[in-house]
Amino acid sequence: MELSGWGKYPTINAQVFHPLTHEDVLRCICDNPQNPLIARGLGRSYGDSSLAPHVISTRYLDHLLSFDESSGALTCSAGVSFADILSAFLPRGWFPPVTPGTKFVTIGGAIASDIHGKNHHREGSFTDHVSRLKIATISDGIVECSRERHPELFQATCGGMGLTGVILEATFGLKPIKSVYIDETTLKAKTLEEALDLFAIHHNAPYSVAWLDCSSSGRSLGRSVVMLGEHSVQGGLTPGKSLTLIVPVDMPSFVLNRYTIRAFNALYYNLLRKKRTERRIHYEPFFYSLDGIRHWNRLYGKNGFTQYQFVLPKQASLEGLTTVLERIAASKRASALAVLKAFGKNNTNYLSFPMEGCTLALDFKLDTGLFELLNELDSIVLDYGGRVYLTKDARMSAEMFKRSYPRWQSFMKVRKAYGADRVFHSLQSQRLGL
Amino acid sequence: MKHILIIGATSAIAESTAKIFAQRGDRLYLLARNYERLSSLAEDLRIRGGASVGYSRLDVNNFDAHEEILTTAFAALGKIDVALITHGTLPDQKTCETDFNTALAELNANAISTVSLLTHLAKKLERQKNGTIAVITSVAGERGRQSNYVYGAAKGMVSVFLQGLRNRLHRSGVNVLDIKPGFVDTPMTARFDKGLLWSEPETIATGIVRALDMEKSMVYLPWFWKYIMLIIKSIPERIFKRLAL
Repeated sequence: MELSGWGKYPTINAQVFHPLTHEDVLRCICDNPQNPLIARGLGRSYGDSSLAPHVISTRYLDHLLSFDESSGALTCSAGVSFADILSAFLPRGWFPPVTPGTKFVTIGGAIASDIHGKNHHREGSFTDHVSRLKIATISDGIVECSRERHPELFQATCGGMGLTGVILEATFGLKPIKSVYIDETTLKAKTLEEALDLFAIHHNAPYSVAWLDCSSSGRSLGRSVVMLGEHSVQGGLTPGKSLTLIVPVDMPSFVLNRYTIRAFNALYYNLLRKKRTERRIHYEPFFYSLDGIRHWNRLYGKNGFTQYQFVLPKQASLEGLTTVLERIAASKRASALAVLKAFGKNNTNYLSFPMEGCTLALDFKLDTGLFELLNELDSIVLDYGGRVYLTKDARMSAEMFKRSYPRWQSFMKVRKAYGADRVFHSLQSQRLGL
Repeated sequence: MKHILIIGATSAIAESTAKIFAQRGDRLYLLARNYERLSSLAEDLRIRGGASVGYSRLDVNNFDAHEEILTTAFAALGKIDVALITHGTLPDQKTCETDFNTALAELNANAISTVSLLTHLAKKLERQKNGTIAVITSVAGERGRQSNYVYGAAKGMVSVFLQGLRNRLHRSGVNVLDIKPGFVDTPMTARFDKGLLWSEPETIATGIVRALDMEKSMVYLPWFWKYIMLIIKSIPERIFKRLAL
């Protein structure tokens, strides 16, 4: 079966297993394991993280296993998605502690990518809320781990891109909410510096994120719209019906070009008339704005796209981001969507992406010359002490990876200790020399 | 709160449908062969809000066990508002063409077992004088094609059986719903490459619940299969027989 990540690049013809139980997974990885093998959830990582000649789909490992009504602690199988959790628990007043920008991500994927959300500056990343994991390993069968039991396996698996074993189940805390609505404040920032200042001023806002106009340059380089949010107490818990649009087939690749992108971005920025706007909006458009357009990745055409997401340490953010944005402006390429976010403190997982500072995510249509530009951006990011998010990556060099993720060798030790290096590889792990 | 029996409860479509029922707070009784998966599903449905979730192991090919296990299920639920039959296999057509025993086993699993279950269920619901019997058949049952006619014949047999049963039970106030999905991405169809016409089990599940709520007699899922089948059924046989379908 032909598989790709969300960016549709690269693709691979893979043999896919669909285990129905934990025992099926063990049989799959231990009795005559197909090699190389990698687990895959809903395929929302952008590049080649979930691609290998043999793939274990967690799609049918999709059961809720236990729920503590008083504390909100949920245990579920790895294939359960945020969409599923929302549909089961939102009407009862519970919300995921951290959520990615699409609800079509599995819990297994969220842990393997150690995903972050708009509340990273206050709540950390997803695995900071995970108390316990069950992992199918090559050497020891099913292993239960936490910060106390097998802490090194726990730390390696959280953010470990599925390279330690197959995540079977996890326990994490849902948080109580009173409404499906978000009280949102939108602030316009004329420059990048102003945007970063707004993040600093509003560090107490539960959620914050900015849309950045990547096609602006000169004095308005990095002009942004900063969005702050908190769960409303008004409006109740009845989930509303949301309209879904579908992109039925791949669009011709010229649909998103630098002129349409520039026009779209200018329109978006200028349609907001006021410096500050307050409104109450449904959680869906606030957290999952693009989920309203099914298969939006088809907008980039059949050649696909890549997302370049990097983080820079706090003190280097302004200068580093300016350098990156100037380099992109000079390249005459444009990113249809650029998302800026200030991160809080990092955790101690070996391969987790977030670090205290600023992250920027940019979408680029794949065409000739793009990877050369991204290699240049890599060296800027490296110079400023930053790194690139593995979950979005399809092309980073092994050298770039090893220099920007300094704990990769500790990660490899755990990988070897559990026999994972004999079986689990993705196209990405092979490219990065893991 | 509805009282719902699901047969073949661990099929992907059945699980998705059961999740919707559970989140509505219905009472459920589940029958399936894979006990490990079944007990895990039952716990999932309890967490989602199912008012009560009972289950037993059932191998649909063991016809002799049907009556007793359905009696147990009825006793556990008290009454049955919906009995949903979802089990099925996808035969390897090529093997069936050369090996009658395989074809017979497939016909038993996809048609005769359902006829047996329907016979017992119909007696009980006829006495109860209300409720719905719903069965997942297939668009493949509407016209035989060389690539899939053993499966199609089994599903077609069930559809005709359901027509007669609907006619018979109408007087007793029992509704009979024939659910005809098109291509659905499930473990049963894992080996196929998926294109534009394929649907997710969750989409089918939403359609099943809507059709049950509307007390429909027959439903194509998703809706566009109604029109695809209209075209397929309208092709004259002298042309149809030449097509590579």
